[in-house]
Amino acid sequence: MYQTNDHEGMQAETVTMQGNKGDTINAYYARPLGQGPYPGMVIIHHAPGWDEWYRECARRFAHHGYATISPNLYFREGHGTPEDVGAKVRAAGGVPDDQVLGDLEGALKFLRSQPHVGKKVGVFGTCSGGRHGFLAACKLKGFDALVECWGGGVVMKQEELTPKRPAAPIDFTKDLSCPMIGLFGNDDKSPSPEQVNQHEAELKKYGKNYEFHRYDGAGHGFFYYDRGAYRQEQAVDGWKKVFAFLEKNLK
Amino acid sequence: MCTMIVHQAKIEGRGKGTSGWFEVKEANVSYDHPYDMPLEHALNIDFVNESAGPGARVAVELSIEAARNLVKTIEAVLAQAEERGVLEDIPLAATGASR
Repeated sequence: MYQTNDHEGMQAETVTMQGNKGDTINAYYARPLGQGPYPGMVIIHHAPGWDEWYRECARRFAHHGYATISPNLYFREGHGTPEDVGAKVRAAGGVPDDQVLGDLEGALKFLRSQPHVGKKVGVFGTCSGGRHGFLAACKLKGFDALVECWGGGVVMKQEELTPKRPAAPIDFTKDLSCPMIGLFGNDDKSPSPEQVNQHEAELKKYGKNYEFHRYDGAGHGFFYYDRGAYRQEQAVDGWKKVFAFLEKNLK
Repeated sequence: MCTMIVHQAKIEGRGKGTSGWFEVKEANVSYDHPYDMPLEHALNIDFVNESAGPGARVAVELSIEAARNLVKTIEAVLAQAEERGVLEDIPLAATGASR
């Protein structure tokens, strides 16, 4: 807990890192000033793009003592405003899951190579980023905690599978390699409360270490203070739960 | 979240973006998250020119009712023009128009 006589500072900037197949991509990296060691966090942006919210989110994690990287998963699509690039990716049906996993593995390696980062690294994602976070925590080794915020498309019907998203993440639940916290709004349509129940049932089935929090009066994206979906009371409570969970599992 | 429901139409036309008019070659029509409409999902149309980069885009985000109304209105205008014999169904390339 922050005390008013604490000294605080951070460094936050755009960096380059090696992503999938060694591609160079850019990322936003925010870390507390000091020698550390600080636990690491990988932040995964939502489908609409690598926008300002994720930079602020990275700084928020840094403020709480985490060296945090947010890779630009749309780097290969060209550059412009986050909305224009996001719209281009939307038109293309998203980016391939395998490519995202490669980029997230690259972000993990980036953190592991920093002298001020300690042994533990978590992953946080919202919306499609929540789905990617769950996939990463199941398919990659090296994450010590997962924060999944309203991951839509964890549960998928056969007809929703595409070459870019060829498998439903829920089918990899048995491989989940770290504790997870999930936050969901009960008014969300994707994931719907029924899908969240399915997600939880699968975690229970395999005896995974998880906690789910479901919020009444909240829908999709209730942390996004720049959108109508923002729900102050639920967001404040959700953030408290996220940081308590990370404190327990990464520090 | 992202429904990933999107279709693309190849089109001929012009759109006015932040830097003025430009040639639009594709219309990306999706039912997915809008950027500005205060809805979880909307009918989004991006008139773009893919060869000119992500910024060559004219965007609209519509409610379902508005989208259906727009489709009907376009059809009605085309039908009326055809009825009056003023519909010039000529590909842009055939007019010799330069960009």
